[in-house]
Amino acid sequence: MSAPLVRSLRVVLYEGVGSRSIPDADRFAMMATLLQGGYAVTSVRTGSRTAPEGARTPIVVLGRFENAPPREAESDSAAASIYFRDIEGVDAPAIVSIVESVHAEAGTGRPGGWKPWFPVIDFGRCTNCMQCLTFCLFDVYGVSPDKQIRVQNPSNCKTDCPACSRVCPEVAILFPKYKMGPINGDEVREEDIHREKMKVDISALLGGDIYAALRTRSQESKQRFARERDDKRALEERRKCLNKLQEQLDVPPEVLAALPSLDQIRARTERAVAAAMQGPTPAGTEPQ
Amino acid sequence: MKTQPRIVYCHCAYAQVVPADVKQDVLRRLTESGTSFDAVADLCEMAARRDPWLAGVACQEPTQIVACYPRAVKWLFSSAGAPLPERGIRILNMRTESAETIAAALGTAADEDA
Repeated sequence: MSAPLVRSLRVVLYEGVGSRSIPDADRFAMMATLLQGGYAVTSVRTGSRTAPEGARTPIVVLGRFENAPPREAESDSAAASIYFRDIEGVDAPAIVSIVESVHAEAGTGRPGGWKPWFPVIDFGRCTNCMQCLTFCLFDVYGVSPDKQIRVQNPSNCKTDCPACSRVCPEVAILFPKYKMGPINGDEVREEDIHREKMKVDISALLGGDIYAALRTRSQESKQRFARERDDKRALEERRKCLNKLQEQLDVPPEVLAALPSLDQIRARTERAVAAAMQGPTPAGTEPQ
Repeated sequence: MKTQPRIVYCHCAYAQVVPADVKQDVLRRLTESGTSFDAVADLCEMAARRDPWLAGVACQEPTQIVACYPRAVKWLFSSAGAPLPERGIRILNMRTESAETIAAALGTAADEDA
């Protein structure tokens, strides 16, 4: 998967050596508030280590420091920079303000701001058939230099649309925030495989290709419109067709409303394969 | 001496798929346990922007990740370029397990008082 690398601010709630402990209820409120605000928080209860394992980004250490902040802990950190803030007498909402000010000072990326909805490929099941790449309307998928399917533009994915996972014959595409299994990551059972394949078959019954089916139905509706001058009937026909697809694939209406032509999809696929053949592109310059 | 597993808790802050009472209860138990732990707002969001911190989690074992379905967590880490090792990582699922079960599995002191 390819996406911009963003420096994020990590928060450490420090109650180790040199810092007084925080009441349980306050600790919980502080952590819950910060997490809901999109921040990662490490609760340190023992020792003198302030930087969480794996931290390579700026961190802010919050504590009720007895004297000076435990600066000896800086030496064991790979963090880019450490900011110490005393939170004696500070409540949970005010903690967020403190962290926000450090966030501005450190110039770190804004946490959250979108529902992280994008496909995750289970390469234990994926057969690299490229159906998802062909099917997706929004260039979410691409091909790696070694010709392996990959999620190339996760932020292009349409929130709450799991359609590509529906057409995957191996049930290899997950959306961890989807409501039901196996798309949400639950174990894949034999009946799931049959069910997913049935859905694909149903869509095939519409004409072998849902886009072709839509276009055909749309053209038929237009012809009827021209012949009968009945715009209501034409619109109703299109609505029925879209509703049927929406129910079968659980596709949001706005996604169906943006369907491109089959030629456009093929052109995209060809571009993706051609780009893969040319080798890796520099970070941030991948084709859109 | 047996190494204490690192604990990573995911708050799944940007969706309503993990029962709110379960994640709040697990977080409360962790904060009351006296154990150091890492909490992240949303593993999906971190994976989407390939947060380098995930690689730090993946290379440290033993680790217990409290999040959602193990298959989803495994491939999320993989998608972020931080594949989890085959051994030494335990994933606990707040979408299907109760807070009591998870606390017991974590072995935190807080599983005894609730």
